[in-house]
Amino acid sequence: MTGPGEKKTVDRREMLAGGVRAVCGAGFFALGLGMLGRQAETRAAQSLRPPGALAEADFLAACSRCGLCVRDCPWDTLRLAGIGDGAALGTPLFTARAVPCEMCQDIPCVVACPTGALDHRLTDIKQAKMGIAVLVGQETCLNFLGLRCDVCYRVCPLIDEAITLERSHNERTGKHARFIPTVHSDKCTGCGKCEKACVLEEAAIKVLPAELALGRLGGHYRLGWEEKRKHGESLLKDIIDLPDRGYGDGTATPYGGAERGANGAFKEFKP
Amino acid sequence: MRAAGWKWLIARRLSQAFFVALFLAGPLAGLWVVEGTLASSLTLGVLPLTDPLILLQSLLARHWPEATALLGAAIVVAGYLLVGGRAYCSWVCPLNPVTDAAHWLREKLGLREGVTISPRLRLWVLAGALAASALFGTLAWELVNPVTITHRALVFGGGLMWTVAVGIFVFDLAIARRGWCGHLCPVGAAYGLIGKGSLLRVSAVRREACDDCMDCYAVCPEPRVLTPALRGKAKGFGPVILSGDCTNCGRCIDVCPQDVFGFASRFDKREQTIGQQQGEYVP
Ligand code: SF4
Ligand code: SF4
Ligand code: SF4
Ligand code: SF4
Ligand code: SF4
Repeated sequence: MTGPGEKKTVDRREMLAGGVRAVCGAGFFALGLGMLGRQAETRAAQSLRPPGALAEADFLAACSRCGLCVRDCPWDTLRLAGIGDGAALGTPLFTARAVPCEMCQDIPCVVACPTGALDHRLTDIKQAKMGIAVLVGQETCLNFLGLRCDVCYRVCPLIDEAITLERSHNERTGKHARFIPTVHSDKCTGCGKCEKACVLEEAAIKVLPAELALGRLGGHYRLGWEEKRKHGESLLKDIIDLPDRGYGDGTATPYGGAERGANGAFKEFKP
Repeated sequence: MRAAGWKWLIARRLSQAFFVALFLAGPLAGLWVVEGTLASSLTLGVLPLTDPLILLQSLLARHWPEATALLGAAIVVAGYLLVGGRAYCSWVCPLNPVTDAAHWLREKLGLREGVTISPRLRLWVLAGALAASALFGTLAWELVNPVTITHRALVFGGGLMWTVAVGIFVFDLAIARRGWCGHLCPVGAAYGLIGKGSLLRVSAVRREACDDCMDCYAVCPEPRVLTPALRGKAKGFGPVILSGDCTNCGRCIDVCPQDVFGFASRFDKREQTIGQQQGEYVP
Protein backbone atom coordinates (compact mmCIF):
# COMPACT_ATOMS: atom_id res chain seq x y z
CA MET A 1 0.00 0.00 0.00
CA THR A 2 1.22 3.44 -0.77
CA GLY A 3 0.19 6.21 1.48
CA PRO A 4 -0.90 9.57 0.08
CA GLY A 5 2.46 11.11 0.95
CA GLU A 6 4.37 8.42 -0.84
CA LYS A 7 2.29 8.79 -3.97
CA LYS A 8 3.10 12.45 -4.05
CA THR A 9 6.85 11.78 -4.01
CA VAL A 10 6.49 9.36 -6.89
CA ASP A 11 4.46 11.91 -8.83
CA ARG A 12 6.98 14.58 -8.17
CA ARG A 13 9.82 12.30 -9.17
CA GLU A 14 8.03 11.38 -12.38
CA MET A 15 7.40 15.00 -13.15
CA LEU A 16 11.02 15.82 -12.52
CA ALA A 17 12.14 12.96 -14.76
CA GLY A 18 9.75 14.11 -17.46
CA GLY A 19 11.02 17.66 -17.17
CA VAL A 20 14.65 16.58 -17.34
CA ARG A 21 13.85 14.44 -20.37
CA ALA A 22 12.13 17.32 -22.12
CA VAL A 23 14.91 19.79 -21.35
CA CYS A 24 17.58 17.36 -22.47
CA GLY A 25 15.63 16.58 -25.62
CA ALA A 26 15.22 20.25 -26.43
CA GLY A 27 18.91 20.82 -25.72
CA PHE A 28 19.90 17.95 -27.96
CA PHE A 29 17.68 19.30 -30.70
CA ALA A 30 19.15 22.79 -30.25
CA LEU A 31 22.67 21.40 -30.60
CA GLY A 32 21.68 19.58 -33.77
CA LEU A 33 20.27 22.79 -35.21
CA GLY A 34 23.42 24.63 -34.16
CA MET A 35 25.59 22.15 -36.03
CA LEU A 36 23.41 22.54 -39.10
CA GLY A 37 23.72 26.29 -38.72
CA ARG A 38 27.51 26.12 -38.70
CA GLN A 39 27.41 23.94 -41.76
CA ALA A 40 25.13 26.46 -43.47
CA GLU A 41 27.65 29.23 -42.85
CA THR A 42 30.06 27.78 -45.39
CA ARG A 43 29.18 29.35 -48.68
CA ALA A 44 30.39 28.24 -52.09
CA ALA A 45 32.84 30.75 -53.62
CA GLN A 46 30.64 31.36 -56.67
CA SER A 47 27.51 32.03 -54.58
CA LEU A 48 27.58 35.79 -54.11
CA ARG A 49 25.30 37.77 -51.83
CA PRO A 50 23.24 40.76 -53.06
CA PRO A 51 24.59 44.30 -52.56
CA GLY A 52 24.68 45.48 -48.97
CA ALA A 53 24.53 41.99 -47.47
CA LEU A 54 25.82 41.88 -43.90
CA ALA A 55 28.83 39.69 -43.11
CA GLU A 56 27.79 36.07 -43.59
CA ALA A 57 27.19 35.13 -39.94
CA ASP A 58 25.19 38.32 -39.32
CA PHE A 59 23.35 37.84 -42.59
CA LEU A 60 22.17 34.40 -41.47
CA ALA A 61 20.87 35.95 -38.25
CA ALA A 62 18.95 38.56 -40.18
CA CYS A 63 17.63 37.28 -43.51
CA SER A 64 14.10 35.89 -43.23
CA ARG A 65 14.45 34.12 -46.61
CA CYS A 66 11.41 36.01 -47.88
CA GLY A 67 12.62 36.58 -51.42
CA LEU A 68 11.50 40.21 -51.62
CA CYS A 69 14.96 41.23 -52.85
CA VAL A 70 14.70 38.56 -55.54
CA ARG A 71 11.33 39.88 -56.67
CA ASP A 72 12.47 43.48 -56.89
CA CYS A 73 15.64 42.82 -58.85
CA PRO A 74 14.75 44.00 -62.36
CA TRP A 75 17.45 41.85 -63.97
CA ASP A 76 16.49 38.52 -62.38
CA THR A 77 20.00 38.40 -61.03
CA LEU A 78 19.06 37.06 -57.62
CA ARG A 79 17.57 33.74 -56.67
CA LEU A 80 16.88 31.90 -53.42
CA ALA A 81 19.28 29.10 -52.59
CA GLY A 82 17.93 25.62 -53.15
CA ILE A 83 19.50 22.35 -52.21
CA GLY A 84 23.05 22.11 -53.53
CA ASP A 85 23.55 25.85 -54.07
CA GLY A 86 26.25 26.02 -51.44
CA ALA A 87 24.43 28.57 -49.29
CA ALA A 88 21.92 28.38 -46.45
CA LEU A 89 18.58 27.16 -47.81
CA GLY A 90 16.31 29.94 -49.01
CA THR A 91 18.86 32.76 -48.74
CA PRO A 92 19.34 35.07 -51.75
CA LEU A 93 22.41 34.77 -53.94
CA PHE A 94 23.63 35.19 -57.49
CA THR A 95 26.16 33.49 -59.70
CA ALA A 96 28.17 36.08 -61.61
CA ARG A 97 28.89 33.85 -64.59
CA ALA A 98 25.15 33.18 -64.99
CA VAL A 99 23.58 36.59 -64.33
CA PRO A 100 25.73 39.37 -62.87
CA CYS A 101 24.46 42.32 -60.85
CA GLU A 102 23.74 45.35 -63.03
CA MET A 103 24.48 47.78 -60.21
CA CYS A 104 21.12 49.58 -60.27
CA GLN A 105 21.45 53.16 -59.10
CA ASP A 106 18.42 52.92 -56.81
CA ILE A 107 19.47 49.46 -55.51
CA PRO A 108 15.90 48.06 -55.42
CA CYS A 109 16.99 44.80 -53.77
CA VAL A 110 18.28 46.65 -50.72
CA VAL A 111 15.23 48.89 -50.57
CA ALA A 112 12.96 45.82 -50.67
CA CYS A 113 14.67 44.01 -47.80
CA PRO A 114 12.38 44.25 -44.75
CA THR A 115 14.84 42.84 -42.22
CA GLY A 116 17.99 44.82 -42.92
CA ALA A 117 19.91 41.69 -43.93
CA LEU A 118 20.75 43.93 -46.86
CA ASP A 119 22.02 47.01 -45.09
CA HIS A 120 19.86 50.05 -45.86
CA ARG A 121 22.82 52.33 -45.22
CA LEU A 122 24.10 51.30 -48.65
CA THR A 123 22.75 54.05 -50.87
CA ASP A 124 25.58 54.36 -53.38
CA ILE A 125 25.88 51.15 -55.38
CA LYS A 126 29.53 51.96 -56.08
CA GLN A 127 30.20 51.27 -52.41
CA ALA A 128 28.81 47.73 -52.66
CA LYS A 129 31.13 44.85 -51.84
CA MET A 130 29.50 41.71 -53.21
CA GLY A 131 32.94 40.25 -53.75
CA ILE A 132 36.20 41.14 -55.48
CA ALA A 133 37.15 40.20 -58.99
CA VAL A 134 40.43 38.29 -59.23
CA LEU A 135 42.21 37.35 -62.42
CA VAL A 136 42.84 33.78 -61.39
CA GLY A 137 43.46 32.30 -64.83
CA GLN A 138 46.79 33.95 -65.55
CA GLU A 139 47.83 31.11 -67.82
CA THR A 140 44.74 31.37 -70.01
CA CYS A 141 43.71 35.04 -70.01
CA LEU A 142 44.22 36.28 -73.56
CA ASN A 143 45.75 39.56 -72.42
CA PHE A 144 48.24 37.65 -70.31
CA LEU A 145 49.14 35.67 -73.42
CA GLY A 146 49.95 38.96 -75.12
CA LEU A 147 46.77 39.37 -77.19
CA ARG A 148 44.33 42.26 -76.92
CA CYS A 149 41.03 40.95 -75.57
CA ASP A 150 40.27 43.61 -72.95
CA VAL A 151 36.65 42.46 -72.69
CA CYS A 152 36.52 42.32 -68.89
CA TYR A 153 38.01 45.79 -68.74
CA ARG A 154 35.58 47.21 -71.27
CA VAL A 155 32.43 45.89 -69.59
CA CYS A 156 33.30 47.03 -66.10
CA PRO A 157 30.79 49.65 -64.91
CA LEU A 158 33.72 51.24 -63.08
CA ILE A 159 36.18 51.07 -65.96
CA ASP A 160 39.56 52.61 -65.18
CA GLU A 161 38.67 52.69 -61.51
CA ALA A 162 37.89 49.11 -60.49
CA ILE A 163 39.85 47.60 -63.33
CA THR A 164 42.73 49.04 -65.34
CA LEU A 165 45.07 47.72 -68.00
CA GLU A 166 48.65 47.76 -66.74
CA ARG A 167 51.38 47.60 -69.35
CA SER A 168 54.20 45.19 -68.99
CA HIS A 169 56.88 43.70 -71.18
CA ASN A 170 56.07 40.66 -73.27
CA GLU A 171 59.00 38.39 -72.51
CA ARG A 172 57.92 35.81 -75.09
CA THR A 173 58.19 38.04 -78.13
CA GLY A 174 60.73 40.31 -76.58
CA LYS A 175 59.35 43.37 -78.33
CA HIS A 176 55.64 43.69 -77.54
CA ALA A 177 53.67 44.88 -74.61
CA ARG A 178 51.10 42.99 -72.57
CA PHE A 179 48.10 44.79 -71.13
CA ILE A 180 47.31 43.10 -67.87
CA PRO A 181 43.74 43.55 -66.54
CA THR A 182 44.29 44.64 -62.97
CA VAL A 183 41.51 44.85 -60.40
CA HIS A 184 41.64 47.44 -57.64
CA SER A 185 39.96 45.98 -54.62
CA ASP A 186 39.06 49.32 -53.07
CA LYS A 187 36.88 50.16 -56.07
CA CYS A 188 35.62 46.78 -57.35
CA THR A 189 32.03 46.13 -56.23
CA GLY A 190 32.02 42.46 -57.17
CA CYS A 191 29.17 42.94 -59.62
CA GLY A 192 30.50 40.12 -61.75
CA LYS A 193 30.05 41.80 -65.14
CA CYS A 194 33.68 41.00 -65.96
CA GLU A 195 33.33 37.33 -65.03
CA LYS A 196 30.14 37.08 -67.04
CA ALA A 197 31.78 38.66 -70.08
CA CYS A 198 35.13 36.86 -70.06
CA VAL A 199 35.45 35.30 -73.49
CA LEU A 200 37.11 32.10 -72.31
CA GLU A 201 35.24 28.86 -71.90
CA GLU A 202 35.91 29.05 -68.19
CA ALA A 203 36.28 32.64 -67.02
CA ALA A 204 39.83 33.69 -66.24
CA ILE A 205 38.56 36.52 -64.08
CA LYS A 206 36.29 35.48 -61.23
CA VAL A 207 34.50 37.32 -58.47
CA LEU A 208 35.26 35.78 -55.12
CA PRO A 209 33.91 36.65 -51.68
CA ALA A 210 36.23 39.29 -50.25
CA GLU A 211 37.61 37.03 -47.54
CA LEU A 212 38.81 34.62 -50.22
CA ALA A 213 40.00 37.25 -52.65
CA LEU A 214 42.14 39.38 -50.39
CA GLY A 215 45.20 38.71 -48.30
CA ARG A 216 45.54 40.37 -44.92
CA LEU A 217 48.68 41.48 -43.16
CA GLY A 218 49.20 40.32 -39.59
CA GLY A 219 47.80 42.87 -37.15
CA HIS A 220 51.29 43.52 -35.73
CA TYR A 221 52.83 44.13 -39.13
CA ARG A 222 54.29 47.57 -39.81
CA LEU A 223 55.53 48.72 -43.17
CA GLY A 224 58.83 50.46 -42.46
CA TRP A 225 58.51 53.08 -45.18
CA GLU A 226 55.01 54.08 -44.14
CA GLU A 227 55.98 54.38 -40.49
CA LYS A 228 58.90 56.50 -41.53
CA ARG A 229 56.68 58.74 -43.64
CA LYS A 230 54.21 59.19 -40.78
CA HIS A 231 57.04 59.96 -38.39
CA GLY A 232 58.77 62.33 -40.77
CA GLU A 233 62.17 60.68 -40.31
CA SER A 234 63.70 57.33 -39.61
CA LEU A 235 62.49 55.81 -36.35
CA LEU A 236 65.88 54.37 -35.64
CA LYS A 237 68.55 57.02 -35.15
CA ASP A 238 72.30 56.63 -35.05
CA ILE A 239 72.39 53.23 -36.60
CA ILE A 240 75.70 52.30 -38.12
CA ASP A 241 75.27 52.53 -41.85
CA LEU A 242 77.33 49.66 -43.11
CA PRO A 243 78.54 49.94 -46.69
CA ASP A 244 76.20 48.10 -49.07
CA ARG A 245 77.60 45.63 -51.49
CA GLY A 246 77.15 46.62 -55.11
CA TYR A 247 77.13 44.54 -58.25
CA GLY A 248 80.27 45.90 -59.92
CA ASP A 249 83.57 44.21 -59.28
CA GLY A 250 82.55 42.72 -55.97
CA THR A 251 84.08 45.45 -53.86
CA ALA A 252 81.93 47.22 -51.38
CA THR A 253 80.67 50.62 -52.56
CA PRO A 254 79.60 53.19 -50.01
CA TYR A 255 76.38 54.96 -50.90
CA GLY A 256 76.22 57.41 -48.03
CA GLY A 257 76.35 60.42 -50.33
CA ALA A 258 73.88 59.26 -52.98
CA GLU A 259 70.80 61.34 -53.62
CA ARG A 260 67.47 60.03 -52.32
CA GLY A 261 63.90 60.61 -53.49
CA ALA A 262 60.90 61.69 -51.41
CA ASN A 263 60.13 58.11 -50.40
CA GLY A 264 63.63 57.57 -49.13
CA ALA A 265 64.77 55.37 -52.01
CA PHE A 266 67.90 56.07 -54.01
CA LYS A 267 67.17 58.18 -57.03
CA GLU A 268 69.53 56.31 -59.23
CA PHE A 269 71.07 52.96 -58.77
CA LYS A 270 74.57 52.86 -60.19
CA PRO A 271 76.51 49.88 -59.05
CA MET B 1 -23.99 13.87 -40.90
CA ARG B 2 -26.28 16.67 -42.03
CA ALA B 3 -25.82 18.42 -45.33
CA ALA B 4 -24.88 21.63 -43.57
CA GLY B 5 -21.95 19.80 -42.00
CA TRP B 6 -19.38 21.09 -44.45
CA LYS B 7 -19.74 24.84 -44.28
CA TRP B 8 -16.62 25.70 -42.32
CA LEU B 9 -14.54 23.00 -43.90
CA ILE B 10 -15.35 24.35 -47.35
CA ALA B 11 -14.72 27.91 -46.21
CA ARG B 12 -11.37 26.82 -44.81
CA ARG B 13 -10.28 25.06 -47.98
CA LEU B 14 -11.29 28.12 -49.97
CA SER B 15 -9.24 30.27 -47.65
CA GLN B 16 -6.19 28.01 -48.02
CA ALA B 17 -6.59 28.06 -51.80
CA PHE B 18 -7.05 31.83 -51.69
CA PHE B 19 -3.75 32.37 -49.88
CA VAL B 20 -1.89 30.06 -52.25
CA ALA B 21 -3.45 31.85 -55.22
CA LEU B 22 -2.60 35.23 -53.74
CA PHE B 23 1.08 34.38 -53.51
CA LEU B 24 1.14 32.64 -56.88
CA ALA B 25 -0.76 35.30 -58.84
CA GLY B 26 2.43 37.37 -59.11
CA PRO B 27 4.89 34.76 -60.33
CA LEU B 28 2.37 32.90 -62.50
CA ALA B 29 0.11 35.62 -63.86
CA GLY B 30 2.04 38.82 -63.21
CA LEU B 31 -0.61 40.06 -60.78
CA TRP B 32 1.59 41.37 -58.03
CA VAL B 33 -0.90 41.79 -55.22
CA VAL B 34 1.50 40.13 -52.80
CA GLU B 35 5.26 39.83 -53.07
CA GLY B 36 7.45 37.58 -50.99
CA THR B 37 6.48 34.57 -48.90
CA LEU B 38 4.87 33.88 -45.55
CA ALA B 39 8.25 34.68 -43.99
CA SER B 40 7.93 38.33 -45.03
CA SER B 41 5.66 39.78 -47.63
CA LEU B 42 4.51 43.06 -49.04
CA THR B 43 0.87 43.47 -50.08
CA LEU B 44 -0.05 46.07 -52.69
CA GLY B 45 3.23 47.77 -52.04
CA VAL B 46 2.07 49.12 -48.68
CA LEU B 47 1.24 46.40 -46.17
CA PRO B 48 4.33 44.67 -44.79
CA LEU B 49 3.88 41.38 -42.94
CA THR B 50 6.53 39.30 -41.21
CA ASP B 51 6.23 35.99 -39.45
CA PRO B 52 6.58 36.71 -35.72
CA LEU B 53 8.46 33.47 -35.00
CA ILE B 54 11.08 34.34 -37.60
CA LEU B 55 11.41 37.82 -36.14
CA LEU B 56 11.79 36.36 -32.66
CA GLN B 57 14.56 34.06 -33.84
CA SER B 58 16.27 37.03 -35.43
CA LEU B 59 16.07 39.06 -32.23
CA LEU B 60 17.44 36.14 -30.23
CA ALA B 61 20.25 35.84 -32.77
CA ARG B 62 21.03 39.47 -31.86
CA HIS B 63 20.04 41.12 -35.10
CA TRP B 64 17.98 44.27 -34.70
CA PRO B 65 15.73 44.29 -37.78
CA GLU B 66 14.56 47.22 -39.89
CA ALA B 67 11.32 48.84 -38.77
CA THR B 68 9.50 47.20 -41.69
CA ALA B 69 9.97 43.72 -40.26
CA LEU B 70 9.12 44.86 -36.73
CA LEU B 71 5.95 46.53 -37.93
CA GLY B 72 5.09 43.53 -40.11
CA ALA B 73 5.37 41.11 -37.20
CA ALA B 74 3.33 43.41 -34.96
CA ILE B 75 0.54 43.50 -37.54
CA VAL B 76 0.56 39.71 -37.82
CA VAL B 77 0.44 39.24 -34.05
CA ALA B 78 -2.40 41.76 -33.77
CA GLY B 79 -4.31 40.03 -36.56
CA TYR B 80 -4.08 36.62 -34.96
CA LEU B 81 -4.93 38.05 -31.57
CA LEU B 82 -8.22 38.91 -33.23
CA VAL B 83 -9.01 35.82 -35.28
CA GLY B 84 -7.36 33.16 -33.12
CA GLY B 85 -3.65 32.29 -33.00
CA ARG B 86 -3.80 28.95 -34.67
CA ALA B 87 -6.25 30.22 -37.25
CA TYR B 88 -2.92 30.50 -39.07
CA CYS B 89 -2.65 26.72 -38.96
CA SER B 90 -6.08 25.88 -40.27
CA TRP B 91 -6.80 28.81 -42.58
CA VAL B 92 -3.45 29.89 -44.00
CA CYS B 93 -0.59 27.41 -43.55
CA PRO B 94 0.31 25.55 -46.77
CA LEU B 95 1.13 22.37 -44.85
CA ASN B 96 -2.32 22.01 -43.33
CA PRO B 97 -3.94 20.59 -46.48
CA VAL B 98 -1.03 18.13 -46.62
CA THR B 99 -1.47 16.89 -43.06
CA ASP B 100 -5.27 16.92 -43.39
CA ALA B 101 -4.95 14.77 -46.50
CA ALA B 102 -2.65 12.39 -44.65
CA HIS B 103 -5.13 12.20 -41.81
CA TRP B 104 -8.02 11.58 -44.18
CA LEU B 105 -6.14 8.76 -45.90
CA ARG B 106 -5.11 7.34 -42.56
CA GLU B 107 -8.76 7.11 -41.50
CA LYS B 108 -9.78 5.68 -44.87
CA LEU B 109 -7.14 3.00 -44.64
CA GLY B 110 -8.05 2.31 -41.05
CA LEU B 111 -4.50 2.80 -39.83
CA ARG B 112 -4.83 2.82 -36.09
CA GLU B 113 -1.36 2.12 -34.79
CA GLY B 114 1.32 4.70 -34.57
CA VAL B 115 3.70 6.22 -32.11
CA THR B 116 2.22 8.32 -29.34
CA ILE B 117 3.79 11.72 -28.97
CA SER B 118 2.94 14.20 -26.28
CA PRO B 119 1.26 17.27 -27.80
CA ARG B 120 3.44 19.30 -25.45
CA LEU B 121 6.50 18.19 -27.37
CA ARG B 122 6.02 21.05 -29.85
CA LEU B 123 6.62 23.51 -27.06
CA TRP B 124 9.96 21.85 -26.41
CA VAL B 125 10.77 21.86 -30.11
CA LEU B 126 9.98 25.58 -30.03
CA ALA B 127 12.16 26.05 -26.96
CA GLY B 128 15.00 24.14 -28.61
CA ALA B 129 14.75 26.17 -31.81
CA LEU B 130 14.76 29.46 -29.91
CA ALA B 131 17.64 28.34 -27.71
CA ALA B 132 19.63 27.37 -30.80
CA SER B 133 18.93 30.77 -32.37
CA ALA B 134 20.22 32.50 -29.26
CA LEU B 135 23.22 30.21 -28.72
CA PHE B 136 24.41 30.04 -32.30
CA GLY B 137 23.32 33.47 -33.49
CA THR B 138 21.40 32.22 -36.50
CA LEU B 139 17.76 31.72 -37.57
CA ALA B 140 18.02 28.13 -36.37
CA TRP B 141 14.51 26.93 -37.10
CA GLU B 142 14.61 28.40 -40.60
CA LEU B 143 17.33 25.92 -41.50
CA VAL B 144 14.73 23.15 -41.40
CA ASN B 145 11.28 24.76 -41.08
CA PRO B 146 8.97 22.63 -43.26
CA VAL B 147 6.32 25.37 -43.29
CA THR B 148 8.49 28.08 -44.84
CA ILE B 149 10.40 25.58 -46.98
CA THR B 150 7.13 24.35 -48.47
CA HIS B 151 5.79 27.83 -49.00
CA ARG B 152 9.01 28.90 -50.67
CA ALA B 153 8.88 25.81 -52.86
CA LEU B 154 5.36 26.83 -53.83
CA VAL B 155 6.14 30.45 -54.64
CA PHE B 156 9.71 30.25 -55.94
CA GLY B 157 9.84 26.70 -57.25
CA GLY B 158 11.01 23.90 -55.03
CA GLY B 159 12.68 21.00 -56.81
CA LEU B 160 14.05 18.73 -54.14
CA MET B 161 12.53 20.84 -51.39
CA TRP B 162 9.15 19.26 -52.04
CA THR B 163 10.50 16.15 -50.34
CA VAL B 164 10.00 17.99 -47.06
CA ALA B 165 6.23 18.20 -47.60
CA VAL B 166 6.17 14.59 -48.80
CA GLY B 167 8.07 13.59 -45.66
CA ILE B 168 5.51 15.33 -43.45
CA PHE B 169 2.69 13.57 -45.33
CA VAL B 170 4.29 10.16 -44.84
CA PHE B 171 5.00 10.91 -41.19
CA ASP B 172 1.38 11.82 -40.52
CA LEU B 173 0.06 8.92 -42.56
CA ALA B 174 2.22 6.09 -41.35
CA ILE B 175 3.95 7.12 -38.16
CA ALA B 176 1.85 9.33 -35.92
CA ARG B 177 -1.78 10.39 -36.01
CA ARG B 178 -1.88 14.15 -36.64
CA GLY B 179 1.82 13.90 -35.83
CA TRP B 180 3.14 17.12 -37.32
CA CYS B 181 0.53 19.84 -36.76
CA GLY B 182 -0.83 18.34 -33.58
CA HIS B 183 2.37 17.39 -31.81
CA LEU B 184 5.63 18.65 -33.29
CA CYS B 185 5.30 21.86 -35.25
CA PRO B 186 6.82 24.78 -33.30
CA VAL B 187 5.24 27.28 -35.68
CA GLY B 188 1.84 26.01 -34.57
CA ALA B 189 3.06 26.08 -30.99
CA ALA B 190 4.05 29.72 -31.34
CA TYR B 191 0.72 30.70 -32.87
CA GLY B 192 -0.91 28.64 -30.12
CA LEU B 193 0.75 30.91 -27.58
CA ILE B 194 -0.76 33.91 -29.36
CA GLY B 195 -4.06 32.03 -29.33
CA LYS B 196 -4.02 31.91 -25.54
CA GLY B 197 -5.16 35.49 -25.62
CA SER B 198 -7.01 35.73 -28.90
CA LEU B 199 -10.48 37.17 -29.20
CA LEU B 200 -12.34 34.91 -31.63
CA ARG B 201 -12.90 31.48 -30.12
CA VAL B 202 -15.19 28.52 -30.55
CA SER B 203 -17.75 28.18 -27.82
CA ALA B 204 -19.87 25.20 -26.83
CA VAL B 205 -22.77 27.60 -26.41
CA ARG B 206 -25.38 24.89 -26.34
CA ARG B 207 -23.39 22.34 -24.41
CA GLU B 208 -26.48 21.26 -22.51
CA ALA B 209 -27.79 19.78 -25.74
CA CYS B 210 -24.73 17.56 -26.19
CA ASP B 211 -25.79 13.92 -26.38
CA ASP B 212 -22.27 12.48 -26.25
CA CYS B 213 -22.21 11.30 -29.85
CA MET B 214 -18.46 12.08 -29.90
CA ASP B 215 -18.55 13.35 -33.48
CA CYS B 216 -16.65 16.48 -32.53
CA TYR B 217 -13.93 14.43 -30.82
CA ALA B 218 -13.59 12.40 -33.99
CA VAL B 219 -12.98 15.38 -36.26
CA CYS B 220 -11.13 17.76 -33.96
CA PRO B 221 -7.40 17.88 -34.65
CA GLU B 222 -6.82 18.73 -30.98
CA PRO B 223 -9.60 16.78 -29.21
CA ARG B 224 -8.22 17.56 -25.73
CA VAL B 225 -9.33 21.15 -26.04
CA LEU B 226 -13.00 20.21 -26.27
CA THR B 227 -13.40 18.60 -22.86
CA PRO B 228 -13.27 21.55 -20.46
CA ALA B 229 -15.72 23.62 -22.48
CA LEU B 230 -18.04 20.81 -23.42
CA ARG B 231 -18.05 18.80 -20.23
CA GLY B 232 -16.53 21.02 -17.60
CA LYS B 233 -19.57 22.93 -16.47
CA ALA B 234 -19.66 21.11 -13.13
CA LYS B 235 -16.01 22.02 -12.57
CA GLY B 236 -16.74 25.66 -13.30
CA PHE B 237 -15.39 25.86 -16.87
CA GLY B 238 -17.18 28.29 -19.16
CA PRO B 239 -18.43 27.22 -22.57
CA VAL B 240 -15.65 28.98 -24.51
CA ILE B 241 -12.76 26.81 -25.72
CA LEU B 242 -9.88 28.80 -24.29
CA SER B 243 -6.99 26.49 -25.13
CA GLY B 244 -4.57 28.09 -27.55
CA ASP B 245 -4.27 24.72 -29.26
CA CYS B 246 -7.75 25.03 -30.80
CA THR B 247 -7.16 25.98 -34.42
CA ASN B 248 -10.52 27.74 -34.95
CA CYS B 249 -11.08 25.33 -37.81
CA GLY B 250 -14.78 25.19 -37.09
CA ARG B 251 -15.01 21.52 -37.89
CA CYS B 252 -16.76 20.80 -34.59
CA ILE B 253 -19.38 23.41 -35.51
CA ASP B 254 -19.91 21.59 -38.80
CA VAL B 255 -20.36 18.10 -37.48
CA CYS B 256 -22.29 18.51 -34.26
CA PRO B 257 -25.85 17.22 -34.87
CA GLN B 258 -27.04 19.16 -31.85
CA ASP B 259 -25.55 22.48 -33.00
CA VAL B 260 -23.64 22.80 -29.79
CA PHE B 261 -20.76 24.91 -31.12
CA GLY B 262 -20.42 28.32 -32.64
CA PHE B 263 -17.85 31.09 -32.99
CA ALA B 264 -17.90 33.58 -30.14
CA SER B 265 -15.76 36.14 -28.39
CA ARG B 266 -13.57 34.76 -25.66
CA PHE B 267 -15.30 37.10 -23.22
CA ASP B 268 -18.74 35.85 -24.16
CA LYS B 269 -19.59 33.65 -21.21
CA ARG B 270 -23.23 33.27 -22.24
CA GLU B 271 -24.74 29.92 -22.76
CA GLN B 272 -27.96 28.92 -24.41
CA THR B 273 -29.93 26.53 -22.31
CA ILE B 274 -32.14 24.07 -24.04
CA GLY B 275 -35.16 25.58 -22.40
CA GLN B 276 -34.50 28.94 -24.04
CA GLN B 277 -33.98 27.48 -27.45
CA GLN B 278 -36.70 24.93 -27.65
CA GLY B 279 -39.52 26.00 -25.38
CA GLU B 280 -41.50 22.83 -25.69
CA TYR B 281 -38.63 20.73 -24.40
CA VAL B 282 -38.41 22.13 -20.86
CA PRO B 283 -38.41 19.06 -18.67
S1 SF4 C 1 21.68 46.12 -57.69
FE1 SF4 C 1 20.11 45.75 -59.20
S2 SF4 C 1 20.91 44.10 -60.50
FE2 SF4 C 1 22.14 44.15 -58.65
S3 SF4 C 1 21.13 42.61 -57.37
FE3 SF4 C 1 20.30 44.61 -56.80
S4 SF4 C 1 18.47 44.80 -58.00
FE4 SF4 C 1 19.67 43.16 -58.93
S1 SF4 D 1 14.73 40.73 -48.87
FE1 SF4 D 1 16.18 40.65 -47.16
S2 SF4 D 1 15.24 39.21 -45.73
FE2 SF4 D 1 14.24 38.90 -47.71
S3 SF4 D 1 15.41 37.26 -48.70
FE3 SF4 D 1 16.28 39.22 -49.40
S4 SF4 D 1 17.96 39.58 -47.97
FE4 SF4 D 1 16.66 38.05 -47.02
S1 SF4 E 1 33.40 42.73 -60.56
FE1 SF4 E 1 34.50 43.14 -62.46
S2 SF4 E 1 33.10 44.37 -63.63
FE2 SF4 E 1 32.35 44.45 -61.52
S3 SF4 E 1 33.31 46.25 -60.60
FE3 SF4 E 1 34.68 44.52 -60.19
S4 SF4 E 1 36.13 44.55 -61.87
FE4 SF4 E 1 34.40 45.79 -62.52
S1 SF4 F 1 37.88 38.89 -70.71
FE1 SF4 F 1 38.91 37.11 -69.91
S2 SF4 F 1 40.44 36.61 -71.45
FE2 SF4 F 1 39.75 38.66 -71.90
S3 SF4 F 1 41.22 39.96 -70.87
FE3 SF4 F 1 39.52 39.66 -69.44
S4 SF4 F 1 40.12 37.88 -68.20
FE4 SF4 F 1 41.45 37.94 -70.00
S1 SF4 G 1 -12.30 22.58 -31.07
FE1 SF4 G 1 -13.42 22.75 -32.98
S2 SF4 G 1 -12.52 24.58 -33.93
FE2 SF4 G 1 -11.11 23.98 -32.31
S3 SF4 G 1 -9.65 22.66 -33.35
FE3 SF4 G 1 -11.25 21.31 -32.54
S4 SF4 G 1 -12.67 21.05 -34.24
FE4 SF4 G 1 -11.37 22.83 -34.73
